[in-house]
Amino acid sequence: MPMRWWPLLNEIWVLFRKDLLQELRSKAALNAIFLFALVTLTAVSYSIGSFNVAPDMLAALLWIVIVFSGLSAFAHIFLKEEEAQTADTLKLIARPTTIFLAKWAFNVLLLTLMLLFTVPLFIGAFNFTVYHPGLLILTLLLGDIGLATAGTIIAVLIARAARRGALFSVLSFPVLLPVMIIAISATKIAFRADPTDLFISEITAMLSFDIVLLTASLLLFEFIWND
Amino acid sequence: MHNTNVKNNLALAGKALLYIILNLVILGAYFYAPLAKGLKEYTRVLYFHVPSAWITVLAFLIAAVLSGMYLRTRTMLWDAYAAAANQLGILFCLITTVTGAMWAKASWGAYWNWDPRQTSIFILLLIYAAYFALRSAVENEQDRARLSAVYALLAFITVPFFIFVVPRIYESLHPDPLINSDAKVKMNSQMLQVFLTSLGVFTALFLYMLNMKMRLIRLDEKIMENEEEYE
Amino acid sequence: MLLETQHISKRYNRKSILKDISFTARPGHAVALTGFNGSGKTTLIKILTHIIRPDEGGVRYHLSGTILRTEEVKQHIGLVGPYLQLYQELTAFENLQFAARLRQVPHAEKRIGELAEEVGLSAHLNKRVHAFSSGMQQRLKYLFAILSKPEFLFIDEPRSNLDSAGVAWVYHLLEKYKQDRVVVFATNDEQDLTYADEVVAVAK
Repeated sequence: MPMRWWPLLNEIWVLFRKDLLQELRSKAALNAIFLFALVTLTAVSYSIGSFNVAPDMLAALLWIVIVFSGLSAFAHIFLKEEEAQTADTLKLIARPTTIFLAKWAFNVLLLTLMLLFTVPLFIGAFNFTVYHPGLLILTLLLGDIGLATAGTIIAVLIARAARRGALFSVLSFPVLLPVMIIAISATKIAFRADPTDLFISEITAMLSFDIVLLTASLLLFEFIWND
Repeated sequence: MHNTNVKNNLALAGKALLYIILNLVILGAYFYAPLAKGLKEYTRVLYFHVPSAWITVLAFLIAAVLSGMYLRTRTMLWDAYAAAANQLGILFCLITTVTGAMWAKASWGAYWNWDPRQTSIFILLLIYAAYFALRSAVENEQDRARLSAVYALLAFITVPFFIFVVPRIYESLHPDPLINSDAKVKMNSQMLQVFLTSLGVFTALFLYMLNMKMRLIRLDEKIMENEEEYE
Repeated sequence: MLLETQHISKRYNRKSILKDISFTARPGHAVALTGFNGSGKTTLIKILTHIIRPDEGGVRYHLSGTILRTEEVKQHIGLVGPYLQLYQELTAFENLQFAARLRQVPHAEKRIGELAEEVGLSAHLNKRVHAFSSGMQQRLKYLFAILSKPEFLFIDEPRSNLDSAGVAWVYHLLEKYKQDRVVVFATNDEQDLTYADEVVAVAK
């Protein structure tokens, strides 16, 4: 049977809607990610205080806030199914590919909401000018997708492990780091007044990493999800 | 009977040869290879540092392939092999990191300063460590094999990125005797002789070690099976 | 329509849990799995429903002349078991609707209404599952499993958490389903066993 697009999209939507409904009622992930973002932002902003910070430094700080807030919420998406013993229920009624894509879409949405909240606050807190807002938005978008992809696939790995502890950060860091490294480098360009010729190579690297990671995750997900 | 004798003798000869060439490489690195113009004594570390960096990546590649084999066949042996390859990988990764840091101290004045190449090797070390952290966190053998195989493959796709992309984006002060952008070999023939021999003998040493580990795993398996039969 | 299992074995960390289990279930020939607690009944049911894979042996689903492929199997099975929970934050109706949409059940709302009527959950459809008693949850799990009228029905501990009315309904369901569908259930209860045509003892 060839895969048809419409039932696939419909299935993803039904699964995504379920997660959304659950989240709206429990607000577990939303609380985690927003509080974490707020706390990290406050800590960073407070400890830097009134120092005059260079754009390069700001770019790094921004991504530290983003990555750590993301880490606090990503693991939740599969853990909640495992803990509520609904993972087997889900296994029986949906296909792995659509489950992964629905969970991934949910994490992308969660991170996007967090970015919409954190980035303006960050810019306000440090009171600086973004010289190339368009480039910043593009960087945030691609970084968002990369982080959410890495976060989702590691989340399912963790959910299947017995002793979790700090495992999520340990496992996701090496996979997240490429995204973080290029994102910081691209954000530096967006924050500076200088010409932006280098931006295109950074964005290409980020886009290709996103695509490779998403494809690999889609292929590997089934091996983790099904016993 | 005769056949096993020949085989044993061959294996012995191979081991002896490996031992002799390894020593020749050490001697060659210090006494045979000349120093190129403007280079200091401490650059001789390259004859050991670069081959172990190569083995680090090779071990990683082999572990990824073995992990893929496990996922395809679901035979526990492949998982044990993959873990063995990664154990050796982490050893060579440590050697690379330490020799690199020693060289950096002599050349740049500090053991560590987050040069892109240093970052790359550090990340590789982190990935290896994460792999074993994951293994120790899963109790069921089959789950452990499955999850760590997936992680090995997932982590492997980031490796080319750290080796090729990161040093391109960030300027590195790291000399590049092999993967340099203008593809020119900056060594004279005597240096090259020692370097390539070292590369070859390191690879042989690694494969020998891996083979030994794999044999141990198979023997372990046999013992376990026998014990089960007794029960 | 036929469920065929051949020489299923499963180990957990080298400890054998299931050893060489074979049986066949078909319409009119319901199979009950019995065994002590911890004998591997649940593992066997999970293997049958493709939740976990066996170390040796296989499970084959025959449906209208063909053998279903692994990814097709899930569309045709229903499973009720204590390890198969529903979404606590969602209402009973939302849970059922979720299943109906994924299984593409036609006229889902009507069918949900009828089924809820049958087990006396009509008044509670719009309540969230976490407010349900365990007996109500168990009945809801049955509805979740049979909503799409699966050809293969699996039940682990049919009467757990149910009162006498619930048990009567389950027996009625078993009686009805086993006539034209494949039914497999795991139990140690004498009365449950009278609904089986073959009893397979699961032991290590």
